[in-house]
Amino acid sequence: MMSAEAAARVATGPIIEMRNVNKWYGDFHVLRDVNFTVAQKQKVVVCGPSGSGKSTMIRCINRLEEHQQGEIIVDGVELTNDLKNIEAIRREVGMVFQQFNLFPHLTVLENLTLAPIWVLKQPKKQAEETAMYYLERVQIPEQAHKYPGQLSGGQQQRVAIARSLCMKPKIMLFDEPTSALDPEMIKEVLDVMIELAREGMTMIVVTHEMGFARTVADTVVFMDRGEIVEAAPPHEFFANPRTDRAKLFLSQILGH
Amino acid sequence: MASKPHRAMRGPPASTINLSLNNPSVRAVLYQILVVGAVGFVVWYLVSNTMTNLETRKIATGFGFLDREAGLPIGESLIEYTPADTYAKALFVGLLNTLRVAILGIVLATILGTIIGVARLSRNWLLAQTARIYVEVMRNVPLLLQLLFWWTLFRDMFPGPRDALSPLAGVFLSNRGVKIPLLMWQPEYAYVLATILAGIVASYLLHRWAKRRQEATGQQFPVVRTALGLVVGLPLLVFLVLGAPLALERPELRGFNFVGGATLTPEFAALLIGLVTYTAAFIAEIVRSGILAVSHGQTEAALALGLKRGQVLRLVVLPQALRVIVPPTTSQYLNITKNSSLAVAIGYPDIVSVANTTLNQTGQAIEGIAIIMAVYLTISLSISLFMNWYNKHIALVER
Amino acid sequence: MSDTQSHYTSPTFAAAAPEKLPGRTFRDIPPVRWARENLFNTWYNTALTLVIAYFIARFAIGLISWGLVNAVWDVPGTDTRACREIVGIGACWALIGEKFRFIMFGTYPYEEHWRPTVVIFLFLALYGVSAMRRFWNRNLVWIWLAGLTVIGVLMWGGVLGLQFVEQERWGGLPITLILATFGIALAFPLSILLALGRRSDMPAVKVICVTYIELIRGVPLISLLFMASVMFPLFLPEGLTIDKLLRAQVAIILFAAAYLAEVIRGGLQAIPKGQYEAADSLGLSYWQKTGFIVLPQALRLVIPPLVNTFIGLFKDTSLVLIIGIFDLLNSAKTAVNEPAWRGFGLEAYIFVAVIYFVFCFAMSKYSQDLEAELSMHRNR
Repeated sequence: MMSAEAAARVATGPIIEMRNVNKWYGDFHVLRDVNFTVAQKQKVVVCGPSGSGKSTMIRCINRLEEHQQGEIIVDGVELTNDLKNIEAIRREVGMVFQQFNLFPHLTVLENLTLAPIWVLKQPKKQAEETAMYYLERVQIPEQAHKYPGQLSGGQQQRVAIARSLCMKPKIMLFDEPTSALDPEMIKEVLDVMIELAREGMTMIVVTHEMGFARTVADTVVFMDRGEIVEAAPPHEFFANPRTDRAKLFLSQILGH
Repeated sequence: MASKPHRAMRGPPASTINLSLNNPSVRAVLYQILVVGAVGFVVWYLVSNTMTNLETRKIATGFGFLDREAGLPIGESLIEYTPADTYAKALFVGLLNTLRVAILGIVLATILGTIIGVARLSRNWLLAQTARIYVEVMRNVPLLLQLLFWWTLFRDMFPGPRDALSPLAGVFLSNRGVKIPLLMWQPEYAYVLATILAGIVASYLLHRWAKRRQEATGQQFPVVRTALGLVVGLPLLVFLVLGAPLALERPELRGFNFVGGATLTPEFAALLIGLVTYTAAFIAEIVRSGILAVSHGQTEAALALGLKRGQVLRLVVLPQALRVIVPPTTSQYLNITKNSSLAVAIGYPDIVSVANTTLNQTGQAIEGIAIIMAVYLTISLSISLFMNWYNKHIALVER
Repeated sequence: MSDTQSHYTSPTFAAAAPEKLPGRTFRDIPPVRWARENLFNTWYNTALTLVIAYFIARFAIGLISWGLVNAVWDVPGTDTRACREIVGIGACWALIGEKFRFIMFGTYPYEEHWRPTVVIFLFLALYGVSAMRRFWNRNLVWIWLAGLTVIGVLMWGGVLGLQFVEQERWGGLPITLILATFGIALAFPLSILLALGRRSDMPAVKVICVTYIELIRGVPLISLLFMASVMFPLFLPEGLTIDKLLRAQVAIILFAAAYLAEVIRGGLQAIPKGQYEAADSLGLSYWQKTGFIVLPQALRLVIPPLVNTFIGLFKDTSLVLIIGIFDLLNSAKTAVNEPAWRGFGLEAYIFVAVIYFVFCFAMSKYSQDLEAELSMHRNR
């Protein structure tokens, strides 16, 4: 589904491949024949109306959701029921949630070092050094010893991004990272994400921030009713959406 | 009425004394005087009535009776006791019996409640439904009724000692209670006990060492498994090497009753079973809602970071769930202790039962009830103090 | 923390998240597939299912053979030999047939049993009316006053040509219902005052309320009932006596008030400060603020825990057995004291357990439904 132009802009082969992926909740068909490839260092923005399956799709990539048909290959490893594979992929794939999901009983620093210590088996000191490095990158090193409950939403989301980065992931998934934020905090989070994109991180972002899509994305994927309806570079997608569904969606989201 | 406004003043106006009824602080003082006066009057009235009544009925007062011979037989006691002992000692025996059933009940109800609470969340439909029905039935039938039920079951439905049921070798169920074999002390057990102790110390040192090593090098050590081996496996090995000396004092039928072994009287067994099965239903609900209170997002975030299922449970879910679970569970522990007072209905000699007999024998109702209340208030107060300390200790820091 | 609301409430997930979909029950999918997904999806679940099914089957077979197949339903008079022969093998339901009226009504005069029967139905009607939200207004108070007056007249009699029945002869279910109903109804206003007092700025009032609540909650109900039965008579001036039932009733009210007060305090604490400030800025007095703004919201918030406390109190009324009052449980216990029926306690207890269960389960079901309904309104 990738356009030729987008493929040309990225350097190397695919890091994520989804082939004919189908998924149901009971009788509800959430993902219909999703075919989707992401190349290394590619930035993909996924948009679409509520309930269109965007979040489900990216949650299948690190197996927070199980697909029932088709195959998903991440960094050369196919996602099956094999726990070892799932753990290996989760180590490589970072995820940022809409509701931050920081661990409220741990300090910011402990949130950041938990996985490096227990999963990557790093010495505590090394994990803390990495954590402080990323806290500086997201510009809140002074909050390291506070608890998540003491931070603003924007700060919490930046901590959540830093927490994922501490695992040195190859891919970052963002599931509506700014939807739960107050308007004045959205920018500080988007700035961190733009910075990350510039450094060449492979990113898949589910968002309604069309400004972000325009400046950062290589490809915009539009989903509706569990299908990928369109996938195109942002200028093409915003200027000439090919389908009526995309036109309607754009008019609704840009209209107000 | 109100004080005049001081127009030309700089700074805050000096407070003027305002004795008007419209002044809120004057009202507050007045209300408090009224309330204290009313409560004080009621108390004085009741006390003075009581004094008059005590005098006219020639009822003795004071705790002098505690030193007198009780002459009251107590069916089971943890310490040496005869009816010739004093009331004070009889009451102490009752207190020990209360603590015995309460502590055993707390331990067993916690275990059973946790199992049922987790079972209610099981993905196995049959298990979850069985647990749900258990909880519904237990919670909706009065505890006293359940106690009477168990007691009747023991007394009426179980056969006499001669035809006692024996579900396991050496265990006998009869209308005289539950008889179990008693393990007899062997000199070799000293070594086994010493090994267990050494194992505990070694596990603690190992835990500290493993933690430090992990902080320094990141290497992990399977502490739990090793500790289990040290505390259970090693003593077992010592036990076997020493020739597995095992001597059980088995209960034996002599004439009309059993001799030897340890006994759970029907009263104690009924009280313990009743308290445990009833309270476990409440603890199950607390455990269930505690686990549900940790949002699903927490688990997902931890999984997305690559943590294993077990690590997610240990590092993320349990620390949060326990904050929700512990406070209400403590109040269930308090409830077990208070509910153990229902022992009086089935004749288990707990503190309430002994104090009740005491007050009937001496006629000193006020002192008898004062003793009961003092005992329970002491227990309740200690538990609430612990709770306050714990809540402060674990409260989540928020803005 | 800000994410206690799990992300499933987010609009994007709402349609897709599995938890939002109605639970899968037999009706949605074919039974075979349902069983495969919920009972036999892994080898260890299959094993678990089989083990539980085995124990349930054994328990059910035992229960059915004892309670139905081998049970004795009828004996001639008090000749219980047929029952004695099957002790431990079959139940003796003949006991319930013989003692039904005694368990339900105690020693109330036999030919007047229609009166407590009507009383029981009146109580049920009052509960039913109170459970319906469209009756939640001032009229409810009048309905209750009228209902309780009729109940009093029926129980005591002595007017309208009804034979007078002294209180000592009352017993069974009406006693349980009276103790529970009056216990809750009279404790409720007291508990509101206690809860308000505990949150008051006035130190003396606060200390009195805290002391009362903690004192009562720190001791078992049975100690209060003992106090009622042996100490209350000493409290009263000479020559004045009140009967045992009333004394127990007072103890239950005092007990219930402390527990209800703590539940209500929880509701008061949950009211945002802005509500108090808004009421103050409108110039309302303390009692206006409390009555019109704070209490209605606070009580609504705590309906589920209130009903749970009601259930607890309903069950706790059975403790009056210990001081010798003939409530439902005590009449069941006494029914099997008669030599002919001695040894059939289990049957009697199971019978009254079912009655208690029906009342308590109905209350808890009601509270769950109400909670679901209220939280739905709140989310909108």
